[in-house]
Amino acid sequence: MTVIAARTLSLTFETNDGPVHALKDVDLTIEPGEFVSFIGPSGCGKTTFLRVIADLERPTGGTISVNGVSPEEARLQRSYGYVFQAAGLYPWRTVGRNVALPLEIIGVGRAERRERVDKALALVDLTGFGKKFPWQLSGGMQQRASIARALAFDADLLLMDEPFGALDEIVRDHLNEQLLELWARTQKTICFVTHSIPEAVYLSTKIVVMSPRPGRVTDVIESTLPRERPLDIRESPEFLDIAHRVREGLRAGHSYD
Amino acid sequence: MFTRARGAVLPVLAVVAAIFVVWYVAAAIMNLPWERDQAQRAEAEFVLADALANTMAQERPVLPAPHQVAVELWETTVQKKITSKRSLVYHGWITLSATLLGFLFGTMLGMALAIGIVYNRAMDMSVMPWVIASQTIPILAIAPMIIVVLNAVGISGLLPKAFISTYLAFFPIVVGMVKGLRSPDALQTDLMRTYNASGSQAFWKLRLPASMPYLFTSMKVAVAASLVGAIVGELPTGAVAGLGARLLAGSYYGQTIQIWSALVAAAILAASLVAIVGLVGRIVERRMGFTR
Repeated sequence: MTVIAARTLSLTFETNDGPVHALKDVDLTIEPGEFVSFIGPSGCGKTTFLRVIADLERPTGGTISVNGVSPEEARLQRSYGYVFQAAGLYPWRTVGRNVALPLEIIGVGRAERRERVDKALALVDLTGFGKKFPWQLSGGMQQRASIARALAFDADLLLMDEPFGALDEIVRDHLNEQLLELWARTQKTICFVTHSIPEAVYLSTKIVVMSPRPGRVTDVIESTLPRERPLDIRESPEFLDIAHRVREGLRAGHSYD
Repeated sequence: MFTRARGAVLPVLAVVAAIFVVWYVAAAIMNLPWERDQAQRAEAEFVLADALANTMAQERPVLPAPHQVAVELWETTVQKKITSKRSLVYHGWITLSATLLGFLFGTMLGMALAIGIVYNRAMDMSVMPWVIASQTIPILAIAPMIIVVLNAVGISGLLPKAFISTYLAFFPIVVGMVKGLRSPDALQTDLMRTYNASGSQAFWKLRLPASMPYLFTSMKVAVAASLVGAIVGELPTGAVAGLGARLLAGSYYGQTIQIWSALVAAAILAASLVAIVGLVGRIVERRMGFTR
């Protein structure tokens, strides 16, 4: 079943300076198990699109379905995990209890909760850090904890909004590698917003290039890279080809204004 | 933290020493005219040195010297049985019990109002102006009314004083709690939405814990205000017991030393209450992981 199907999707914010077209006529289909990156300059609507999928924003035109139902129904069924730009861990909860938060809300019992928290922490390589408070962790570890939190309740869809944007290059490389591993192991569908061309090309099976004012899709690139990707694949000609095409797409989008 | 505390000792001592110097000089200047009058009346020779010495030991000085207040404090706390009507501990306890009860009521009322204001739009629009207006009425004007009205319906003793404390204490709690309950940012609230959390889950797991640091800051202000409320509550009734009653009796009979010792006792009590609330707040915040 198609995970996400958007048809002529539009979203216009009414502001004091007049309407802002955050999304205009977006058509996009995402199949199960895909890793889709959204790339484009600020204001191109990539975050807004993710928020529409998550039912954090309501579209003003067109249609969108998530797992075959409306975004609201999908949210009520808790069918996705969302990773925000900042880790956003609750400072008064230990890392383990932060990861347990969605499970507490769903109503998972204590014993099973502990088991699933341990599993989620292991997936992001944070075993043994469950009793620490967020401030005791580095920025990269906090972001990994927030990914564990999104993984804890086993939704098949993972929405990630520039999760590594605030981290340095070295940590970012490491987390990208881990994310691919995690994706391969869990078979989830991942929607990933980013500013970085190498990151998008390295991670994705499909790259959605977007442009601003109004926010729209200018190119959808199916990656020809194999699913198994060591870090040094980024120096292969194939990788550079795709990166080039992404860059072209971004440039084409910019020539409009 | 230890070195910080040690570093603070010297400046604090310097300020305390300065206060004592100013106090002694002021006491000498203000009590001197009475010594001159006495000398004139007795047609004795006025010797400045003797007179200055006497200003430190008058029975009813305009401004008692610090050591006079200290001696009075010592005599009325340590050297008196605490059941004695002259014991400051006895009077302090009367005031303290009203303070604590009023503080408890004020904290509960303040939290209830804050929750109402945050969750109910109508209350948000209507209640806050009244809360602010309530604090513009001088407490000295409204305290006698409260006591008279409550007395008319048969409530007297501890409760009326506690209600006056409540009247002063709930205000900082409302203001702090409203701010605290609204402190979670968009990301933290969006997260609850993605989990399809109910309103009460968002309250217990997000808004309430996030408001704790604000609550304890407000409680520090509120507990000091409670004490002021309890003392003020004792003034208009001609109360026979409590720090307020000591102040009143002292002013009837010109017992300035008694007034000052009651004032100092009230100040010590207030400082201790604020310190205790602050300590509890720090422990809670540390256990909750807010502070490192």
